[in-house]
Amino acid sequence: MDAVLDNLDTFRQGFVTTLALTVVSTVLALALGTLLAAMRVSPVPTLRAAGTTYVEVVRNTPLTVVFFFAVFVLPQLDILLSFFTFAVIAVSVYHAAFFCEAVRSGINSVGVGQAEAARSIGLTFTQSLRLVVLPQAFRTVVPPLINVVIALTKNTSIAAAFGVVELTAITTRLANGNSDAVLAIFGGSAVCYLALTLTSGFLAGRLERRVAVAR
Amino acid sequence: MSEAVLYDATGPRGRRRILIGSVAGVVLVVLVLGVAVARLAAKGVLEGERWQILTRGDLLELLGRGLVATLRAAALAMVLAMAVGGLLAVARLSRRRWLAVPAGAWVELFRGLPLLLVILFLFLGLPAAGVTISTFWALVGGLTLYNSAVIGEIFRAGVLSLPKGQTEAAYAVGLRRGQTLRLILLPQAVRLMLPALISQGVTLLKDTSLGFVIAYAELLRTGRNAVEFLGGPYSIPVYTAIAALYIAVNASLSFLARWLDRRTRRRYGRTVQPSAADEAA
Repeated sequence: MDAVLDNLDTFRQGFVTTLALTVVSTVLALALGTLLAAMRVSPVPTLRAAGTTYVEVVRNTPLTVVFFFAVFVLPQLDILLSFFTFAVIAVSVYHAAFFCEAVRSGINSVGVGQAEAARSIGLTFTQSLRLVVLPQAFRTVVPPLINVVIALTKNTSIAAAFGVVELTAITTRLANGNSDAVLAIFGGSAVCYLALTLTSGFLAGRLERRVAVAR
Repeated sequence: MSEAVLYDATGPRGRRRILIGSVAGVVLVVLVLGVAVARLAAKGVLEGERWQILTRGDLLELLGRGLVATLRAAALAMVLAMAVGGLLAVARLSRRRWLAVPAGAWVELFRGLPLLLVILFLFLGLPAAGVTISTFWALVGGLTLYNSAVIGEIFRAGVLSLPKGQTEAAYAVGLRRGQTLRLILLPQAVRLMLPALISQGVTLLKDTSLGFVIAYAELLRTGRNAVEFLGGPYSIPVYTAIAALYIAVNASLSFLARWLDRRTRRRYGRTVQPSAADEAA
């Protein structure tokens, strides 16, 4: 237990890095995922094909392999960024595919009448998607979206293997340094992760009730 | 909602605009790729010889061994996770609280923790407690703990999705609760959850790549070792080959899952849907 208390500050730094990685990647991945979902339902066949290809390729690739391409291949293209930025890129690119699928299932769950009404008053595809369909779609997929955020939070741990000193990296470091207190150190880090994931799950339930569309 | 209701059928002008836009978009993408290729070519990364490495027997044999190690860990972890997951589902469905509550806690705990943390705990934590464990078993153990929680929930959802009449009919002919579950509910539930189980198998297969972190010699680790031996310029061909291998195996499994899903839904009207989140993990 002392090992955890003595290193509370180190833990806090790791926790903050994990949190920052989670928040930045969530924002980017959600934006990219929404764009991909819009592409996949658009009237332009080229965009539909591009969106589908992206999702199929990324969904079947392990996140670790995506990290490999970000960390080892981008520098070959003279793109030199910090490990944190590489991690943000890898995590965002990977989870955008899952956000896309969640948003798309939301779009499919909006009643046909809504889109028909939007079209009949003369809205274009972009307008009807932006003003009518997406606002309702997001409300129906709050739980799946939050579930992807929870998965993303957990997956940021992989950044530990690629130079980012976040919670998991801190945990292994401390565990290697204090072999007599390994259990307490892993326990402390587990509590940190559960604090993030279980809170998100709890918030998801409350948010879902608040934004639910009465149908 | 069928997606076609979002827009009118495109007319001749729209089709022309789409064509022009598509061509412009493709040209733009080709330009960006061209710049990337030019940069790589300037470094000599794209010389034919770099890609010819992929035809070398010893590299292919190495990657083949890595793939076998990946599939071996995935298959064993899947079997174990299904066994533990089955027990968890039965425990959570049980009326006995001393069974249902711990099983629920197990599920919440292992679904809420990063898989990598669990694997690292088995790998670093257990030796500290005096139990040595090989990288293979640390990976398989971590995958089993995590996936048993997810698969347990798939099993439970499958059983709960069956019509109530099945249980009532089983009780009416005098079966006990355990018998009802074993003889009536599970055989029907398995059909409904088979697609979800296969998608979870894809996730599990992807997660074996975490073995890389604890230096278990799976596909990714053997590839990394090869690149460290050959040198950085060979990273793109080797990693592309690895990604292609993963995508080939996983895409065929995903295809199988979708085909089964469609077939099951046609026959039984429903299936257990895997959540996007469990697939992302």
